[in-house]
Amino acid sequence: MGGLITSSIARKVAMALSGLFLVFFLLQHFTINFTSLFSAEVFNEISHFMGRNPVVQFVLQPVLIFGVVFHFIMGFILELKNRSARSVKYAKYDGGANASWMSRNMILSGLVILAFLGLHFYDFWVPEIAYKYINHLPEDATRYYGELAHKFESPVRTLLYVISFVFLGLHLWHGFASSFQSVGFNNKFSVAATKFAKAFSIVIPLGFIIVAVFHFFNH
Amino acid sequence: MNLTLKIWRQQDATATGKIVDYRVTGIEGDMSFLEMLDVLNEQLIHKGEEPVVFDHDCREGICGMCSLQINGEPHGPDRGVTTCQLHMRKFKDGDTIYIEPFRAKAFPVVKDLMVDRSAFDRIQHAGGYVSVNTSGNTIDANAIPINKDDADDAFAAATCIGCGACVAACKNASAMLFTSAKVSQYALLPQGQVEATDRVLAMVNQMDEEGFGNCTNTGACEIECPKGISLENIARMNREYLKASAKG
Repeated sequence: MGGLITSSIARKVAMALSGLFLVFFLLQHFTINFTSLFSAEVFNEISHFMGRNPVVQFVLQPVLIFGVVFHFIMGFILELKNRSARSVKYAKYDGGANASWMSRNMILSGLVILAFLGLHFYDFWVPEIAYKYINHLPEDATRYYGELAHKFESPVRTLLYVISFVFLGLHLWHGFASSFQSVGFNNKFSVAATKFAKAFSIVIPLGFIIVAVFHFFNH
Repeated sequence: MNLTLKIWRQQDATATGKIVDYRVTGIEGDMSFLEMLDVLNEQLIHKGEEPVVFDHDCREGICGMCSLQINGEPHGPDRGVTTCQLHMRKFKDGDTIYIEPFRAKAFPVVKDLMVDRSAFDRIQHAGGYVSVNTSGNTIDANAIPINKDDADDAFAAATCIGCGACVAACKNASAMLFTSAKVSQYALLPQGQVEATDRVLAMVNQMDEEGFGNCTNTGACEIECPKGISLENIARMNREYLKASAKG
């Protein structure tokens, strides 16, 4: 079983499973954010539930953070190992002749997403933790929509979010469909699964962009 | 046609190599790429210079010996062919062509364009075989009924000639397409079931020990493979590996 932890295939499967977990989280996050386009009350209600439910706060949130950290660290480890597998580079290398830009630049799109997560945590997670656990401010189930809308008053922040979501889409374009192959799923259903993954990688980031741009123009 | 060649020259495995420019003349479109190099070498010998070392054997596209990275692609710009089956009609008079050895830490350069691909042999030795009792009562393989789809897939996997283009094309220098083809050709057949668990664990372990990179599913290997080995084999190897690991 030792090889199951250290082998190239085990690491590949671990990357795929953590990626699939994050894809599921993205869908859930997007669904909540999307409600803010239609109803401040519904958005506040769901956000308040997520912010106060002990299972979400003390079980799901740590699992999510672990999933994010694991995905990034494993990604960096694999990138370093892969770079060392070709110590002398080609004088001429036509990577675009046989592989998509997205598949060849997962580390780049991943780094942009990592930088975005820093901004996103600074914008929402840090103030939320300070509100609840440092400043011990009273519960206010109506504050979430206002906080969201306020963040997107800044054109710079809105632009940074839009750019980050574009890179998220590029990352998902290869990563989501690729995860099926990594876990050994390649059969007559693969074409449909890949189409679904490609559609997801467009629709979800585009939806996040719509939410950001909507609140920018709506303030 | 007359061409400018930018060729990797390296005296031996320990020397530092570099790209050297050559001018080759009198090349016909019907010549193969290796014949073009033969012409270059004749011209170099006439000038008293050292000819370029490159691998070749059958020159019929079946042995997997030729191994050149041509203009940034293994076996050049054509699809489904080895370097020996690439013809000069794919190029134009006056073209500049980069010619380099397949690059991977696990494929060290021996000299110029020749690399040592014995890492593939060691992966094969680790488990790419079936143990058959040849004491006189061997069962004819054709006597065992096999599903036609499985037989076809096993045959397709077995057409891998081990040229190393998959490693050369992969941005990570991964050998998963080669290893998975060798795992698959046995995993699909009843004769391969007895040693299936040990085989995949040993071959993947050897692949990792050789220093190949990790597969990130770019698909470059499948596109550049002269025999069209499918990515389905890598998914199958992943399944076989997980199944074998679970068995312990």
